[in-house]
Amino acid sequence: MSGFRILVGCKRVIDYAVKVRVKPDKTGVVTEGVKHSMNPFDEIAVEEAVRMKEKKLASEIIAVSCGPQQCQETLRTALAMGVDRAIHVITEPKEYESMQPIHVSKILSKIATEEKADLVIVGKQAIDDDCNQTGQMTASLLDWPQATFASKIEKSNGDLSVMREIDGGLETIKVKVPAVLTSDLRLNEPRYATLPNIMKAKKKPLVTKKPSDYGVDITPRQEIVSVEDPPVRQAGQKVESVEELVTKLKEAGLV
Amino acid sequence: MSTNMLLNKIVRPSRNFVKLGRQSKRLCSTHVERKKSSDNSNGLFTEEHQQLRDTLKKIIDKEINPYVDQWEQEGQFPAKKVFKTLGNAGLLGVTKPTEYGGLGLDYTYSVALAEELGNINCGGVPMAIGVQTDMSTPALAKFGSDKLKREFLAPSISGDFVSCIGVSEVGGGSDVASVKTTAVKKDGDYIINGGKMWITNGAQADWMCLLANTSEGPAHRNKSLICLPMNLPGITVAKKIDKMGMRCSDTAQIYFEDVRVPQDHVIGEEGMGFTYQMLQFQEERLYGAAATVQPLDNLITSTADYCRQRKVFGSPLLNNQTIHFRLAELSTEVECLRSLIYRSVGDYVSGQDMTRLASMCKLKAGRLAREVTDSCLQFWGGMGFTNEVLVSRFYRDFRLLSIGGGADEVMLSIICKYMNTLPKPPKQK
Ligand SMILES: Cc1cc2nc3c(=O)[nH]c(=O)nc-3n(C[C@H](O)[C@H](O)[C@H](O)COP(=O)(O)OP(=O)(O)OC[C@H]3O[C@@H](n4cnc5c(N)ncnc54)[C@H](O)[C@@H]3O)c2cc1C
Ligand SMILES: Cc1cc2nc3c(=O)[nH]c(=O)nc-3n(C[C@H](O)[C@H](O)[C@H](O)COP(=O)(O)OP(=O)(O)OC[C@H]3O[C@@H](n4cnc5c(N)ncnc54)[C@H](O)[C@@H]3O)c2cc1C
Repeated sequence: MSGFRILVGCKRVIDYAVKVRVKPDKTGVVTEGVKHSMNPFDEIAVEEAVRMKEKKLASEIIAVSCGPQQCQETLRTALAMGVDRAIHVITEPKEYESMQPIHVSKILSKIATEEKADLVIVGKQAIDDDCNQTGQMTASLLDWPQATFASKIEKSNGDLSVMREIDGGLETIKVKVPAVLTSDLRLNEPRYATLPNIMKAKKKPLVTKKPSDYGVDITPRQEIVSVEDPPVRQAGQKVESVEELVTKLKEAGLV
Repeated sequence: MSTNMLLNKIVRPSRNFVKLGRQSKRLCSTHVERKKSSDNSNGLFTEEHQQLRDTLKKIIDKEINPYVDQWEQEGQFPAKKVFKTLGNAGLLGVTKPTEYGGLGLDYTYSVALAEELGNINCGGVPMAIGVQTDMSTPALAKFGSDKLKREFLAPSISGDFVSCIGVSEVGGGSDVASVKTTAVKKDGDYIINGGKMWITNGAQADWMCLLANTSEGPAHRNKSLICLPMNLPGITVAKKIDKMGMRCSDTAQIYFEDVRVPQDHVIGEEGMGFTYQMLQFQEERLYGAAATVQPLDNLITSTADYCRQRKVFGSPLLNNQTIHFRLAELSTEVECLRSLIYRSVGDYVSGQDMTRLASMCKLKAGRLAREVTDSCLQFWGGMGFTNEVLVSRFYRDFRLLSIGGGADEVMLSIICKYMNTLPKPPKQK
């Protein structure tokens, strides 16, 4: 489809495999010298957008990342996966610590309007703060329909038919574009950025903006009081047989 | 971090596959918090190098490491399948010319690749990949005709062909000049007779970069490198050699009996084979050293983790100064090796001769790999002596480094030549 533009969100988060450590002063978690990568749900969002473009359902993909300088690395990965151009909304590292989904949603909705996007796809949540809010808030700010937790996206007569993962199973809904979608884990399996595409991504346009360029004020309205480690899990026990397991569970009053 | 943990389970089922449960987990955490080696390396590496490593890391975690135990047991890994995956990601021809599907990048990219391959949980697979990218193809890429490059180089870059390098023979590996295999001209063809020994990928290869004598005369000027398709009549893969380490890499003994190959299969100029091979060895040696650094780093970290958890005489093993000091010492040595490698790469990329430094890298990597694996294995106690832990696998696999691709003593001889301390060979009476 010509002139169909997709906006995808690409958050830079601590890599999923890193053992996250709380800072000694309990103000947050250690991020320095720690491997970061694109939020896995955003990778899925990017992959879906790229597939839609490959199927000629979309003509252009724009990736957006809000945060410190290093977010450009995340955007380069998105560009290497097949995104056409990128917008980096830069913040000071300190400011970023207190940035909330509402701020990002305001920025995304502004960009969606400015860029005349037909579809916004973001991850259903980020694996660092687990908020699960950005997609919904963006839809609300834009007053667009939303289809969250998407595990299958298909076009049907100009509308989108989206299969969603809900508690009871799967639900299929139809949404009119423009719309906001959030990607769930099983939507697709993201590709590797190939080396030729990594090199090509270097030449794709990446512009840097500030939150104020979109009229968004990111002054914090909340304060982090303390960040604590989760309680240490107690050591387990090995049992020899199912019978023993049942006995133990009974003893513990669990069955 | 609930989702983080969930993803761990879903995205990386690899951990469940791996028999070495405890061990592999330990190594996983190591990779993640790996030294940011490539971030601050005298300006050698850029963001693109890091992205290349990220892509390769994903492939390793998903398509390679979950299967390594099985491949080790079977004594062979599926080179075709693994190479195709790497080829699709553009990783088999980073320095090769773009006309043949390569990326035409400088050697720093090869080194970043080799370093990241060190996150594979064995020595065999990285070695096989190195044979393809840095041992059997550099001479072809530099000196081969367009026809040869289309026929052999392009499919090796795309991962459709598996290649091998045929230099060593039963009679000699260190003394390359003494190879006996002959390629005799007849009716526009070469007729090849003889045999090769110790050929990595030999049982699976589509073609061999063969070093053979194409004429009589002085041993350094009578040899040529020839692209030899491995499906020709007269080629027999005699056996797969049973080895103490590198078990998932197949090593073959191969015989040639009146094998007929067109004369245009010779790489570059006839008679230049020995010279080309000596050049080709430089990349091989640097690659070998670069692929050693990451696993040694990983071993040191996983050994520290193990010793932290293991209580002996009432306190963590790691609290013994002899252990934490030793690990610090080894880590220092590894960083020295890394620096030497980066210096050699810097020289190579700027067009200088790196023979002396590359030989030093190869020598030091071989020696240090033996030291690190042996020391770490010691600290694992009885566990270190089992096949349940990676440290014993690397102890076996890395023993090869001081032998293959030019033994330590051969490296020392080369260094001596540059120092002008090597005695002249005795006059023949
Ligand atoms: C697993 C494996 C994979 C291999 N893959 C390949 C391959 O793909 N292609 C290929 O062509 N070859 C391959 N090789 C062969 C390898 O390169 C040779 O084994 C190596 O070059 C040593 O040669 P050699 O085994 O004939 O030992 P020799 O030449 O007999 O040497 C034996 C020992 O003598 C000592 N020595 C040798 N020269 C000197 C000297 N000048 N001064 C003092 N001491 C010396 C060294 O300690 C050396 O280890 C492989 C070998 C192994 C084990
Ligand atoms: C093949 C095999 C056969 C065996 N057969 C028998 C047998 O028949 N009967 C039997 O009872 N046992 C047997 N053992 C066990 C063997 O004796 C122990 O493995 C050995 O005593 C080391 O103990 P560990 O493995 O618990 O290592 P640990 O006690 O955990 O020690 C690990 C490492 O820590 C270091 N270390 C330990 N203490 C200190 C210290 N004080 N200061 C500094 N460093 C230290 C050492 O490097 C040591 O190797 C066998 C082991 C093997 C592998």
